[in-house]
Amino acid sequence: MIDTISILNEIKQAPYKEITISAPHSGRIEFAVDQIGTRVKGASGTWFERPGTLLARLVREGNPKPVYAPENGEVVKFHDVNDREFVQAGTPLMTIRHFLTKQEVMDIILKKALHLFNAPEKGRYYFVAEIDAKIKSQGLRSVSVKEGDEVLILSRMKRETTIPYHGPQGIIYTSYFNSNESVEMGAPLFGVCPEDQVKDIKAVIDKIQSGWEEQE
Amino acid sequence: MDKVRIVRHPQRVCLKDILENVYDNYTEIGGQGEYSIDPSMIIARAYITRNVGKKTYKQPVMVIGQEKGHGEEFRNGGSVKPWGNAKALEYMKVAETENIPIHSYIFTPGSYPVEDYPGAAQQIARNIYAMAGIKVPVVAVISEGGSGGAEAIGLADTRIMLSHGYYSVISPEGAAAIEGRSSASRKASGKLVENCARQLKITARDNLEMGYVDRIVQEPPLGARPDHFEFYRKLRQEVILATDEIILSIRGVKLFRAIALRKLNNPKIYVRWSLSTKSKERLVWRRYQKYRGLSRWAFEDSSTGFQRFKNFALETGWSIYSFLRYEFFGRHQRAITHLAEDVQGEVHALMDRVTHRFSSLFKKLPGVKKDREDVCQLTTLSTWEAGMSWNEHCRYVSPQANQDKTLTCPNSRKSNCLDLWAPDLFGDFAGVCSHCGHHFPMEYEWYLFNIFDSRSIREFNAPIEASNPLEFDGLTHKLDKAKKQTGHKSACMTFEAKIKGIQVVVAMLLARFRGGSVGAAEGEKFIRAAEQARRKHMPFLAYVHGTAGIRIQEGTNGLLQMPRCTLSVRRYLESGGLYLVVYDTNSYAGPLASFLGCSPYQFAIRSANIGFAGPGVIRETTGLDIPPNYHKSFQALSRGHIQGIWDRREIRNNLHHALMTMGGEFLYYR
Ligand SMILES: [Zn+2]
Repeated sequence: MIDTISILNEIKQAPYKEITISAPHSGRIEFAVDQIGTRVKGASGTWFERPGTLLARLVREGNPKPVYAPENGEVVKFHDVNDREFVQAGTPLMTIRHFLTKQEVMDIILKKALHLFNAPEKGRYYFVAEIDAKIKSQGLRSVSVKEGDEVLILSRMKRETTIPYHGPQGIIYTSYFNSNESVEMGAPLFGVCPEDQVKDIKAVIDKIQSGWEEQE
Repeated sequence: MDKVRIVRHPQRVCLKDILENVYDNYTEIGGQGEYSIDPSMIIARAYITRNVGKKTYKQPVMVIGQEKGHGEEFRNGGSVKPWGNAKALEYMKVAETENIPIHSYIFTPGSYPVEDYPGAAQQIARNIYAMAGIKVPVVAVISEGGSGGAEAIGLADTRIMLSHGYYSVISPEGAAAIEGRSSASRKASGKLVENCARQLKITARDNLEMGYVDRIVQEPPLGARPDHFEFYRKLRQEVILATDEIILSIRGVKLFRAIALRKLNNPKIYVRWSLSTKSKERLVWRRYQKYRGLSRWAFEDSSTGFQRFKNFALETGWSIYSFLRYEFFGRHQRAITHLAEDVQGEVHALMDRVTHRFSSLFKKLPGVKKDREDVCQLTTLSTWEAGMSWNEHCRYVSPQANQDKTLTCPNSRKSNCLDLWAPDLFGDFAGVCSHCGHHFPMEYEWYLFNIFDSRSIREFNAPIEASNPLEFDGLTHKLDKAKKQTGHKSACMTFEAKIKGIQVVVAMLLARFRGGSVGAAEGEKFIRAAEQARRKHMPFLAYVHGTAGIRIQEGTNGLLQMPRCTLSVRRYLESGGLYLVVYDTNSYAGPLASFLGCSPYQFAIRSANIGFAGPGVIRETTGLDIPPNYHKSFQALSRGHIQGIWDRREIRNNLHHALMTMGGEFLYYR
């Protein structure tokens, strides 16, 4: 039994994640950001084609390589590196505090609370006919699965195989795949939780949906 | 700017109004309101009735044009998608088959710049190429003529412009955005837009003075509206007169010419609008000459009188020589060769039958059989490899190779490429990442030294100089700077050279000279190069070391190079030439949508970008966000726009191979 409420409280204590930026290779560092508290942005655009905020340049053999912020957040700490100093690969440069978004909090909770069933192979997946019919008429959470049930069909290059379920018995809480898109091997297909927890999880998620304040 | 406002007013006449009021009846082809492959392009078969004496004639025409509609969203403001232009082309060909004139009405701010098949640029190129040789009279009426979209249906024998219309290489806003270097987020100031519009000389009067339209139809003071019936009457008269004039000017019979003189003053004389074969040829020739003669004043030619005379003498000499060599002697020689081949074939067939009959006898003699195999091998062996010679090159060292620093490959995140040391990369690897094959840009000199045989390059027409025909602010200064920087007088370098012994004529667009943009001087040089290739019976290679499009500061003078160059390319191809295009770095817009895109053989160097409009322009005009690899050559290849992608290190071999396989012995001439 996982206590989702206490996980949520734990996250609320520190609603952020800290990312340490370290030097990707050796070189002379030139900081572009030098104030604690500077807001930085991660990569953006539909294809993440616009890079994030420039944090520093790492110059090696006359080639200034940019170091960009990986996520939105705020610079909270500079490590013990001086501007224009030579650094070795892997030297920590600065720490960025990234405040969690609603989606990220939900993902963390669901990941802890649910048993995730992962794709055994790359391919397109869909539910077997009877489950599919049930989902369509009564919704996803009406389906309960147990070890060995045939739940999914894997379709790859026009060849179809049924996939049995492995893991604890429970209700399909959420599904992550789309039947017309190919799923990479190892990516989660759906999450299952024990029947008696559905209510708890739902309550917590609703709480996040309505009450979580995103900090920029 | 007021002109633009009038032209874009939702109450301005549109093509539907014209179809209703200028023509006597019509059937729209392939569309009903929004149900059409592209509602912004309307095709209609219409007719005009004429009462002459006691007789009534129905004269059919094909009407093609953009439809803006009166505020109808689905018309997309007359911005035609590639498939709309493709439909227009289809019905131009129908008109050609039916031998009826085409009336095209240009109501477009520009083409919709998406690359989906058939591709904005490639389809416009196809349209211009087809119109260059279409064998029916074409009359174009321009109300709003914005750049490529206008050219797609605008290559006409007579161009009529509405007095409040504009005809320009780019919309004034677009020009201001480029001039002011304003980003998509920051709108160009109204004053700058105004200024650009004035300087680009986009009005009907300006275009008439420059010679790019033939006539103006006067509109009411605030522009024509759907209920101005007097205007329709005038327009109807003008299009009829224009069509009559074209037909009469190319009719062979003297009698008609006599009538022609009278006809122009008297609209009551009937002229049949179909053409005979002979007149069709005259029509196309006249169209070629018309466009060849345009915009000749818009560049400077600093060559001396003696040089000009020498060139003229040489050209004439070559014409005579090639006539004798290829037309006169060549034809007879070919006839003899063909005869010999036929005879040989007959003998073979005969021999085959004889040997077949005695085959059982022959099989018993192993020696004979072996002999025959030898013969077979000998005859199928390709013959040209023996004569190939390879010259050693003098080395060219790129200035980029003289820097002591490393560079990061743009694909390093994806492919884990190691950093590359500049002298290695630009000195030894030809600017190609040794890990993933990404091509860094190289300067054009590298190609001169690495594609062509050493000391085989002979430049010609170098004195033709880019100038500032519209006296656009700052252009003269920018051109001077570019001339000093590159040592060239225009962005187009034309020369003869050899590739492994094969003589070719090359026109090279240099990215370093104002982005490789094409203006009147570049167009003229390109045309002269195509003519030279035709005269000397050589293959013609367009090497695009990057082009940003038409030089907008030259306004319509630049825009006109699209049809002009395409006409000359068509003339070259139709007389049997082999025209290859190779794209490198970034090639965009006008040139691609005309004289480059019409080549049946277009190749790209890897990592090149090819497209109609850059990502910024697409976002601004369509609101679409496009992926970063949208214009990459591999995308262009999979969309069917180009025919192959070459590695820069193999370019010399690939070009030679292409010349040999697409050519052959009678290669460059039918
Ligand atoms: Zn690479």
